[in-house]
Amino acid sequence: MTKTDGAPKPRRNIELLLLLLALSVGIGANALVGVDQEKAFDSDFWFQSSLLAVAALLFHVVLRLRAKYADPVILPLVVALNGLGLAMIHRLDGPDSETGNDQLRWTLVAMAVAVAVIWFLKDHRILRRFTYISLAVSALLLLLPLIPGISAGEILGARVWIRLGPWTFQPGEIAKITLAIFFAGYLSSNRDLILLAGRKIGPLQFPRFKDMGPMITAWLVSIGVLIFQRDLGSSVLFFGLFIVMIYVATSRVSWVVIGVGLILGGGFVASRVFSHVGLRIDGWLNAFTPEVYDRQFGGSLQIVQGLFGMASGGLVGTGLGQGSPNTVPFANSDMIIASFGEELGLIGLFAIVLMYLLLFTRGFRAALGTRDAFGKLLACGLSFAIALQCFVVIGGVTRLIPLTGLTTPFLAAGGSSLLANWIIVGLLLMISHTARSPVDTTPLPPGTETDTRQAVPAIPGQPGSPAPPANHANPD
Amino acid sequence: MNDVSDLTITVLRFGFLLLLWVLIFSIVAAMRRDLMIGKKAATGVPTARQMRRNPNLAEATPPPVKQQARQLVVTEGPLKGRTIPLAASPILLGRAQEATLVLEDDYASGRHARLFPQGTRWFIEDLGSTNGTYLADQQLTRALPVEIGVPVRIGKTVIELRP
Repeated sequence: MTKTDGAPKPRRNIELLLLLLALSVGIGANALVGVDQEKAFDSDFWFQSSLLAVAALLFHVVLRLRAKYADPVILPLVVALNGLGLAMIHRLDGPDSETGNDQLRWTLVAMAVAVAVIWFLKDHRILRRFTYISLAVSALLLLLPLIPGISAGEILGARVWIRLGPWTFQPGEIAKITLAIFFAGYLSSNRDLILLAGRKIGPLQFPRFKDMGPMITAWLVSIGVLIFQRDLGSSVLFFGLFIVMIYVATSRVSWVVIGVGLILGGGFVASRVFSHVGLRIDGWLNAFTPEVYDRQFGGSLQIVQGLFGMASGGLVGTGLGQGSPNTVPFANSDMIIASFGEELGLIGLFAIVLMYLLLFTRGFRAALGTRDAFGKLLACGLSFAIALQCFVVIGGVTRLIPLTGLTTPFLAAGGSSLLANWIIVGLLLMISHTARSPVDTTPLPPGTETDTRQAVPAIPGQPGSPAPPANHANPD
Repeated sequence: MNDVSDLTITVLRFGFLLLLWVLIFSIVAAMRRDLMIGKKAATGVPTARQMRRNPNLAEATPPPVKQQARQLVVTEGPLKGRTIPLAASPILLGRAQEATLVLEDDYASGRHARLFPQGTRWFIEDLGSTNGTYLADQQLTRALPVEIGVPVRIGKTVIELRP
């Protein structure tokens, strides 16, 4: 389709090279984990590694077929992170636990779903039609764990799981995608109203209530349900998503000021009203006090053990499979960052954090490149969701902020999170495809409209085109 | 546990950290070109190096010498009679306030279509509008060149390029 060399290149071969490197990281980690456990290169190892490799390469082939211009580094980054997570979970498995295999199964399912998203959703702008449906779906997903019958009850103090046959599932993970779709769809059509209509009180401009109605409903639904489900992490995530998307859409700093103020105020109130939030904050501030450390519920044992683990890892780590991250409760899910800190050291942990940073920048690059406001907002929101999750988890584990129950994207054990994050990756790849594919400027041959309609990618786009920065109309 | 020497394990340990960073630096290297927003990439004109590599590009690109479009005229609709001089920058058409030509047309979308120069010609591209953009009665499915005098219809508004 590219007529000139000046047009953007698909760069799928670079992706293949990076993907092979990423697979060697994931599989290498898995091999190292087994080296001193006498099960290094058994049939299990080869089976798992080849499954991961085949799945990743199939994903790559699908991108070649369906989203030729998609960003070439997103897939390798995600495969590397997922491979590292699989290796660490596999390493932390006891003799009779099967979490590693579960995680591998979920990885394959999640990749298959992401492939399906790319295959069937030819254009991310179709999602805009489902703006209000996604609001309804988000509300439904968030309410599901409260409905008796399918609710899996209270697990570890939070009611966020539902039971589907033999599996448990966390519908809130999917809700972050549908909420992002709703925010993007709503803000891209009502941005001007929110921006222009409204009263100015002091330095801040407040939009009319009726323009903000659906947004406030969405916010109340997510926050309200999450208070009842006692899931502090997700509530911070949804609220952060809300603030960031409205900030990106309107480019008014006042939203960030209001948002941070509300988070701090809400956190203060929540710590007084809800005992579990208060305990979390106490465990964060007074982590090393013996009585806090020894407390049965909401104590700081987990976080302090994680810190000790990372300290024993030092700069270069104890080596994969050489440390003892198992002493930390939930070493393979909430605290997997501490496990990596112990076994790969600061150097390895920084590599992981950088991978997240790179993934985040690629998401924003896709947002900058695509030219429809909906795609911009959606890519911003989705990549910010990943970044905020990383911040909340890694900040919690390193005792920068109170520890909350969010999952580390792609690393932590947990099927629903893996599934949701792979779907996000699928959507980001779609958006980056439309952002990077060249504008088709060849004249339409007479009488061939129907043919070209199939041959041409749904939206021609071009990176770096002198498009006006759509979301920053009048920064003040 | 004892059949693998400590030395091997240490080498593997550091080797793995090295591998992690090799991956990161390869990714950054792969992105390097993409991080730059070059003017050449934006206009799609082949660079001198690309022309040297395949000489036929240089021959293929000389633009046909034609009358240049200098202004955009609204010929029908609420804004009938309005003219906008064409510079080298793209023009956003729609109801949104940041549009270059703000259409007061109920059938137009906020960001309806974009008119942009490439080479010596102007192209029109629909930005996912609800009611579509029509170039000489054909609905746009991709960016197409707009010749002088060919009507472009957006909702009830019709625009034309004039020399």
